[in-house]
Amino acid sequence: MTNSRVFIFVQKEDFSLQDEFEQIKAMQAQAQLEGAPHADTKGQIKGQDKPMPIGSECGAVVSFTGLVRGQGIRSLELEHYPAMTERCLTDIAATAQARFGLLAIRIVHRVGLLLPGENIVCVVAAAPHRQAAFDGANFAMDYLKTQAPFWKKETRLDGSAHWVSARDCDEQAQQRWQTGAAA
Amino acid sequence: MKQIHIKYFASVREALDCEAEDFSTDAATLADLRHALRAQSARYFEALDPAKAVRVALAQSLVHDETIALPDGAEVAFFPPVTGG
Repeated sequence: MTNSRVFIFVQKEDFSLQDEFEQIKAMQAQAQLEGAPHADTKGQIKGQDKPMPIGSECGAVVSFTGLVRGQGIRSLELEHYPAMTERCLTDIAATAQARFGLLAIRIVHRVGLLLPGENIVCVVAAAPHRQAAFDGANFAMDYLKTQAPFWKKETRLDGSAHWVSARDCDEQAQQRWQTGAAA
Repeated sequence: MKQIHIKYFASVREALDCEAEDFSTDAATLADLRHALRAQSARYFEALDPAKAVRVALAQSLVHDETIALPDGAEVAFFPPVTGG
């Protein structure tokens, strides 16, 4: 069943964090305009296609943006496994939504050729209170870094190309959510 | 014989100079499939070495336990540890 609080985009085009934030706010405004009843946090609405209104209980919106670090590189190529990527991100976001009671979560991840300083990814999480919003965004990033099928290849200033290696610290960060030891 | 569609990504794709192929096999499990692929040539042997952290997905889901059964017609993918985000 689709979770109408989860929004995933995998795309070449750049995104605007402000636009993503406005989408969250639009959900809130729509609810207030329509006088929607208090929205629950389970996110499972039978037969509902349009976004679930957040309602007036949204007190916190947290965002993370990942950028291309420019140290010594000319460009970054993001390869991905198309059939698996959106599904994987949807699973991660839906898990975060259910675990932390998020009112909405949006993830945008770019693919293709990117330049230093450009946006790579953003996660925006909305919740009644800030702890859940911070944790939800953090959880989603830790799982995305270790599970989502993207691979980065850097082209350095001398023209040589190298695949970026996965980092142990990312694996450790993801595992902390399983043991409950996350800060 | 089972018909398996295999995809390769990133450095694995480059090492094999192949992004996808169809493979006929009697392999019962994912581990057997990896073994059968590696037996083809030195290039495959190196490129799909599990000791080099080459991961595998079945039907677009990451698999940790390769003793699971390999279904006929399955899509399998081999790739290095992911580096998104």
